[in-house]
Amino acid sequence: MTPSPETVLQSFVLLRLGERRFALPASQVAELVAPSRIFRFPHKSSALEGVVLRRGRMIAVCDIAEQLTGKKLDTRRFNLLATRKYGHQLDWIAIPVSGECELITVDMMPATANDSPHVDGWLSHGGEVIEVLRLSALTPGPAETLLPAPLHDFMEARS
Amino acid sequence: MNLPTSAKSHQPRTEQIILFRISGQTFAISSASVQEVRSVDNIAGMARDLPESHLRKVRHSIRRGDRTLYIVNAAIHFGLQPQPASLVFFLRRTRTALLIDGIDKMTTMTRLQALSLAFQGEERSWYRGLTALDQAVIPVINPEGFLSLEELTLLETAQFSADAHSLTSENPGAHVQ
Repeated sequence: MTPSPETVLQSFVLLRLGERRFALPASQVAELVAPSRIFRFPHKSSALEGVVLRRGRMIAVCDIAEQLTGKKLDTRRFNLLATRKYGHQLDWIAIPVSGECELITVDMMPATANDSPHVDGWLSHGGEVIEVLRLSALTPGPAETLLPAPLHDFMEARS
Repeated sequence: MNLPTSAKSHQPRTEQIILFRISGQTFAISSASVQEVRSVDNIAGMARDLPESHLRKVRHSIRRGDRTLYIVNAAIHFGLQPQPASLVFFLRRTRTALLIDGIDKMTTMTRLQALSLAFQGEERSWYRGLTALDQAVIPVINPEGFLSLEELTLLETAQFSADAHSLTSENPGAHVQ
């Protein structure tokens, strides 16, 4: 069977937020890990809870459930570690999810102008129509033109 | 012994840091950024009120040589619940004297990770980045992040006014908190 010209065959990770399932391109997902201690420190980015430490990397935690489902997660079973790309920089983010994740390969129907900014496309899977999320629209990040200069004066690890 | 160039280049760089507390939260600062540490009691007699300061975090200044430094309440700066401070860091190459609760220890960091791009608030100027020590994450302070150019201009105006007032009346040492 040949996919229709409007669709693209890709791998996706299905994630559960409360009662609903959403998808992320598998290429943006690094790992699914058990929730670990969130380190909090003063900041003004209200969407972020703090950072988790994973394999020496400090990753910002952002609960996107409230934006998508209208309420915060009751139970956090895992943190989905995903990456966002800004120019040449990869920036990691930890997204709490409430259930197991699933890897699938399906056609994606690209989003249209009528869809919300956070929708990158649509999947049909297991009788459900599932939103493919655009993480950059759901999690805080810079405009591409505002990217900070890299630190030069100290050994620094960028993702 | 001379190490081969490649071996030298792989040695991790280290930086001496001071871990200190503000309202129960631990922060780190490069020890090279701290010119002097004094107790609050020690400077109380030298601090001057800035009654017309529009910045809640700065209520006093102190004269050091030919410069005026502004005493910043770090708890208010970071939006933490203020507690009685016991020490002051005089920060090198800045006009900031920082009120803190206490010093935990001096140690060494080998890795400074830039703040995630997800952090887009004032914290980008507050911190140089994050470091991990003993499985804990510690924000590393940017000493230049306490007073912006705009804030310094406001403080200079308040200082000018305080100086003018002190010409006409005695200004006893302030109680710093």
